[in-house]
Amino acid sequence: MEPLNDNCHANRRQFLHRAGLCGAAWLTPLAHLLARAAEGEKRRKPAQSIVVLWLQGGPSQLETFDPHPNTDIAAGTGAIPTALKNVQFAAGLERTAEEMRSLALIRSMVSKEGDHERGVYTMKTGFRPDPTILHPSLGAVCCHELPEAGVDIPRHVSILPAQWPSRGGFLGDGYDAFKTGDPAQSVRDTLSRAPRERDEQRLKHLEVVESAFAHGRAGRIETTGHRETMERARKMMTSEQLKAFEVAREPLALRRAYGDTPFGRGCLAARRLVEVGVRCVEVTLDGWDTHVNNHALQRKLVDILDPALAGLLRDLRERDLLKRTLVVVAGEFGRTPKMNAVGGRDHWPNGFSVALAGGGIRGGSVVGETDPEGKDKPARPVTVGDLHATLLHAVGIDWNKIHRTPIGRTVRFSEGKPLADLLE
Amino acid sequence: MGRRDVLFWTLIGVGAFALGSGLLSSSRTNSAAHFDAKAYEAPDFVAVVRRVDASFRRDWTAGHISAAPQADDLLVARRLALGLIGTIPSLEEIRSFESLPPEGRMSWWIERILHDRRFTDNFAERFARAFVGTEDGPFVFYRRRRFVAWLAEQFAANRAYDAMVRDLIASEGLWTDKPAVNFLSVTVQADNKNQPDPVRLAGRTARAFLGLRLDCAQCHNHPYAEWKQSDFQGLAAFFGQTHLGFTGIYDGAGEYQVKERGSDEMREVAPRVPFAAELLPEDGSRRRRLAAWITDAKNPYFARAVVNRVWAILFGRPLVEPVDNLETEGPIPPILDLLADDFIAHGFDVRHLVRVIACTEVFRLDSAADHAVGETEEKAWAVFPLSRLRPDQVVGGIQQAASVAALNAESHIFFRLVRYGQRNDFVQRYGDTGEDEFDGRGGTIPQRLLMMNGDLLHEKIKDSPFNAGRQISWMAADDAQAVEAAYLTVLTRRPTPEESRYFVQFLAESKLSRAQCFEDMFWTLLNATEFSWNH
Repeated sequence: MEPLNDNCHANRRQFLHRAGLCGAAWLTPLAHLLARAAEGEKRRKPAQSIVVLWLQGGPSQLETFDPHPNTDIAAGTGAIPTALKNVQFAAGLERTAEEMRSLALIRSMVSKEGDHERGVYTMKTGFRPDPTILHPSLGAVCCHELPEAGVDIPRHVSILPAQWPSRGGFLGDGYDAFKTGDPAQSVRDTLSRAPRERDEQRLKHLEVVESAFAHGRAGRIETTGHRETMERARKMMTSEQLKAFEVAREPLALRRAYGDTPFGRGCLAARRLVEVGVRCVEVTLDGWDTHVNNHALQRKLVDILDPALAGLLRDLRERDLLKRTLVVVAGEFGRTPKMNAVGGRDHWPNGFSVALAGGGIRGGSVVGETDPEGKDKPARPVTVGDLHATLLHAVGIDWNKIHRTPIGRTVRFSEGKPLADLLE
Repeated sequence: MGRRDVLFWTLIGVGAFALGSGLLSSSRTNSAAHFDAKAYEAPDFVAVVRRVDASFRRDWTAGHISAAPQADDLLVARRLALGLIGTIPSLEEIRSFESLPPEGRMSWWIERILHDRRFTDNFAERFARAFVGTEDGPFVFYRRRRFVAWLAEQFAANRAYDAMVRDLIASEGLWTDKPAVNFLSVTVQADNKNQPDPVRLAGRTARAFLGLRLDCAQCHNHPYAEWKQSDFQGLAAFFGQTHLGFTGIYDGAGEYQVKERGSDEMREVAPRVPFAAELLPEDGSRRRRLAAWITDAKNPYFARAVVNRVWAILFGRPLVEPVDNLETEGPIPPILDLLADDFIAHGFDVRHLVRVIACTEVFRLDSAADHAVGETEEKAWAVFPLSRLRPDQVVGGIQQAASVAALNAESHIFFRLVRYGQRNDFVQRYGDTGEDEFDGRGGTIPQRLLMMNGDLLHEKIKDSPFNAGRQISWMAADDAQAVEAAYLTVLTRRPTPEESRYFVQFLAESKLSRAQCFEDMFWTLLNATEFSWNH
């Protein structure tokens, strides 16, 4: 896609037009699939797709990837060994622990936002909320920057979206994640309510109304992008690729391996979507905001996360998809090392964990270390900007690139630097 | 009779009872009673409208631009409804409108909807987005709905805009008891020791009330305008003594401090306004002084900013883009100053401002023309802009299009509750526009899917005694009249002769049942570009 025009007054309609075209991102299959097959042969290609397992509410680092067994701050949470000698996980992540050689851990994430909404924005976009600009989320940037993958279905998908799913920000609503629920059900609104013949007749009626409206508005009506968007929506309705959402087509054993939960099915659907060329899939597991009764509530969610994450990594690897898929496991912040009076942990953006795997990422690496007493700042803190620069780099996007927004303002896609020791 | 039939008739019975009791209990107010044509005939009102018109005409002559013709009255009525009450006119309202003599009916319509509860709710939400955004804010210290309700009360009482803004900036008290302080408490953050944030407040204040993006100067000096970082810090210092305690927001002691660049040392910053320092009063709390300075009739930005916003609400596009940044590269259009001066002269009366804008020639131009019109004409306001409707306008339109009677505050509470539920679900799935509602982003595929195949649309077009389709199909004398009524209900216009012929023929010759034909006709009209765009 060519850069947006920098004339801030003249470009509104062009922007609208492009906002329409951006979804054209989904057209023409085949060509890219072929290109992709050829790419697979070369070594060290950047990742082509991203799967974000979004743990909304703020997962506790101590009950997941950064346990401190037998300390005060552990408050009884045990640790288990992983496939790597020096790395331990919290109890409950047994299956994921076997995959540690594929995983890279950041145990010293620091963010400046301790509020859910602001924290989600920061972690998903790489920037703190700024009232004068809406930043695009990671998935939206990927869809904007990477070539059109030749898919009829949306290239940016959010499965089981919680309150703040990923959005296109200044790139336009066309880059918003397509929201869909538990893959056990079919994707909403993709089936016409009228039988085929009647449905087609409705479109003929529509031609009549549209041509009346176009009278005297020729040219300008195209800037609305309405017809174009509608055509793409109709293309999606009849696309074979919609079946990628249907996890019931997978063997029972595999479905069981991911766990019989909406989140597990979401992760399985994410793999199927990546397979047909979807750029970014976000799968949300909500409920980590454990201000009360932390241990039991976190454990319940860990039990859902463990098979799904381990299942996804193994499945991707066995299909040779892992090296072209970047997997990110993160939430908006971590939880306080000190337990509160009601057995809960509160918001903690000053040293929490993020796990990465797949394309471009050096498996088995660990960056940063938190204080076992929960007092000092973490060693080698990693900022949200650095995380995003790393992720962009892993998918082959110039993390330092300056982008011009529709109103002519220049913004970088990330404000950090890639972490070399996590990258291949 | 099967169990399902019993259930069906019971529901119908309950529905009819609810409808009946609604109709009987609420005495329908005679909206024409509100209508006072005097405001529109006052010499200074006529004069300012003429000055605006003349200014545009001069621009067009100078730029060799030929303007679009006058729009049809019904189209103007639709624009007004979308802008002021966030939905389309009902068939019932269209009939009343058309029954009035042409010269007075537009003013009647403006007055009618300006005194509609939907106007105050809509304006409250639009301004709330500018004042506090759409975020949920800090759970304990912030009540957005209380805040919006308070704004609605102000608009309902037609409170002077400057007085309203002074309340927002300078109030003290609890967010539940004094809703205006939510403007301040929304910035409270746990990592800021649960205190309001002067930086966010300064940025918000400059953008919402002055139309200046001083917050860009928070990190660097402004690229176009002359704002310096110290201007921004001086403004933030006015909020440096604003605290939050058991009694809510209060003014106390303390000094605003910033981190010295390149070191960890803190430096005190004294309050200072970025321009027109002579307007700043000497006495009072810092926030009171700031509020007085901002709303001073001589402050060059205060009135301009609100004029730009109200213009944007009515046209779907601000005079100066973006809506909260008057200091872009181009000069400020003279129209903005003209309207701002008039707004000040009329005591910051928002309804007066709406009336003036709605009576200008440019507001009543068509969005279509026989000659080629494009970007040049649109930029010069020589043709009415096409703008995408917000999700709340789309859902309001769908709901209204399914009913021949107006869905206003006079509808029965039961129906209002149902509508409220449908609305939230729809807006969530359609994708809210967020805080900046006028940045002209394009449509999305999920939106089209929702319109073509979604639950709400299906619910509203299916054959049911509660839906307009059935009512029109029963009541219209012939097919031509039925097609016309459907067009008026959904698109607020009559069909062209071709459209009328096409659909009359469809109704006569289709193998589908009559109910299905109406369903398909409504589906078509609701899925047209015309329905989802203001034009």
